[in-house]
Amino acid sequence: MNIVVLLKQVPSTDSHIEPGPNGASIKTADLKWVINPYDEFAVEEAIRVREAKGGTVTIVTIGEAKAVEAVRTALAMGADKAVLVQDPACAGMDGLGIAQVLAAVVSGLAPDLIIAGQRAVDDENWLVPAAVAHRLGMPCISLVIGQQIDGDQIECRRTIEGGIATIRAKLPVLITTQRGLNEPRYASLQGVMKAKKKPLNTLKLSDLGLTPKTAAVRVLAMKHPPMRTAGKKIAGSTPAEKAAELVRLLHEEAKAI
Amino acid sequence: MPNTILAIGEVSQGSLRKVSIEAISEARRIADHIGGSLQVLILGENLDAAAAKAAEYGADTLILADDPRLALYLPDIWSGVAADVIQTNTPQYVLIGSTTTGRDLAACLSAMLDAPLAMDCVGSRWEGDTLVITRPMYGGKVLADVTLEGSPRIIVNRANFFPAVPKKTDASLIRYEGVIPESQLTIADVQREASARPELTEADIVVSGGRGMGGADFSVIEKLADLLGAAVGASRSAVDEGWRPVSDQVGQTGKVVSPNLYIACGISGAIQHFAGMQTSKVIVAINKDPEAPIFTKADYGVVGDLFEVVPAMIEQITRLKSAQ
Ligand SMILES: Cc1cc2nc3c(=O)[nH]c(=O)nc-3n(C[C@H](O)[C@H](O)[C@H](O)COP(=O)(O)OP(=O)(O)OC[C@H]3O[C@@H](n4cnc5c(N)ncnc54)[C@H](O)[C@@H]3O)c2cc1C
Repeated sequence: MNIVVLLKQVPSTDSHIEPGPNGASIKTADLKWVINPYDEFAVEEAIRVREAKGGTVTIVTIGEAKAVEAVRTALAMGADKAVLVQDPACAGMDGLGIAQVLAAVVSGLAPDLIIAGQRAVDDENWLVPAAVAHRLGMPCISLVIGQQIDGDQIECRRTIEGGIATIRAKLPVLITTQRGLNEPRYASLQGVMKAKKKPLNTLKLSDLGLTPKTAAVRVLAMKHPPMRTAGKKIAGSTPAEKAAELVRLLHEEAKAI
Repeated sequence: MPNTILAIGEVSQGSLRKVSIEAISEARRIADHIGGSLQVLILGENLDAAAAKAAEYGADTLILADDPRLALYLPDIWSGVAADVIQTNTPQYVLIGSTTTGRDLAACLSAMLDAPLAMDCVGSRWEGDTLVITRPMYGGKVLADVTLEGSPRIIVNRANFFPAVPKKTDASLIRYEGVIPESQLTIADVQREASARPELTEADIVVSGGRGMGGADFSVIEKLADLLGAAVGASRSAVDEGWRPVSDQVGQTGKVVSPNLYIACGISGAIQHFAGMQTSKVIVAINKDPEAPIFTKADYGVVGDLFEVVPAMIEQITRLKSAQ
């Protein structure tokens, strides 16, 4: 089984994010960087499939030099090899541009299964996995909470609004992750040592025969949302008094009930 | 038809979803601004009631792809039909409500048509002829103003941000007669949760419980929710404990909610939880720790034991309702 994981390095979810001076991106100097939380599920699931079926897990990512840390973490978890596309031209790309690059890398790997996070928690585009699948001509099953492979068939349980659907398809497919799919493992010390020796191939767009796709989505400005501040502390000496005052305020002042 | 705007409506249990109505309304405003006409495409099965509803919000043309093969969302055949409609009518803008299905469909269409996409938008404004769209990034810690270049521009609107404005029109009705492609996917089974509560992301009121619930018994919260017609949410801690399903998680790695009223019970207010509910209009926090971070962001803070405060609220609200 040839398994590919699409991975992205993002600021950790507890980071304070500051818009940068150019207004079109954020300040990155003091951020802590991690694997996109949903991609951790993808790495874990890929390793589990390989453990059950044999094969290879390849991590594919686009990023700057520091993205190597995220790749090494995934290799330390148990992935076999990685491809990092590191090219300044990728910095200005939108989701469709990124998908074009990822698809170019992945098509060379002839995967049976691609696993991607449902979304990256930085730009929150929810676009790249579907666009990669489209470029590779394979079906995309998103928000998967469980999968089973039998021969060349995959059966996935995915969340839909108000329920769960079970979907079957013929490999190759691309699936995206959801919480509940698995519990990602930590990289062991032994895994970290091993990861240093695993193959990591760094590519430029020219190695892929690609010219950068112009972004059709343009960020003009970034700002913080309006600050929320502490409002009223509800007075009262008993829970009943406090509840009465809260309900009164919600009804009369906030007009929310 | 260069001045066409297309909104795609989604149906849930026979009726047009609220977020779809909001998408149609925003599409109508765009159409009015550019002097264009509004088409509404609805996919699914038994769509007449939904079509009638769409007509109340300013559709000039209704296109119904009403077919048993479209009864359940499958990305390849839904996007195949929608792409066909888009290629025939060449709309400048395509608006879709941000639901699980809507986001998936929008992503497929963007890829198929090489069309720029702005996901989960929370606002828009015109600067001359340019529509500037606002969308959250980094778990809502940043709002980005973006523009889209190309055609069609796909805009996915988050629930509760774009006002639904009724506008009666005499919409003409077209039944989609084009090809419905074969799907590469088969639906083997569908399990529906039997819940009378509104969908979390669309609800006007959300009552959420966290680790402070102390166990899987959320009945006190559910009672309050049912009294208010609210949805029930949860912090990640409550989900990790197995007290609530993953689909209830509110936060940066869960669902983003923007209700009129958010009531957080026994939730500390971690940055990742806040990211998922900070756009709520009114936030109430009930927490027994007066130092809980959530109080620094809540409009109304009640220091107290939720197992005492929430039942007392239920009593008060019941009294209020019977007095009305
Ligand atoms: C990568 C990543 C992603 C994450 N994503 C999310 C996410 O999407 N959503 C999310 O919620 N979290 C997320 N988290 C977790 C987040 O950091 C917090 O751990 C979590 O939100 C805490 O949940 P809590 O407030 O329920 O629990 P705690 O922080 O344990 O707070 C419980 C609160 O309940 C109060 N309490 C206890 N008993 C009572 C009582 N009887 N009455 C009243 N109050 C009481 C306590 O005073 C306390 O303030 C994420 C974390 C990481 C690292």
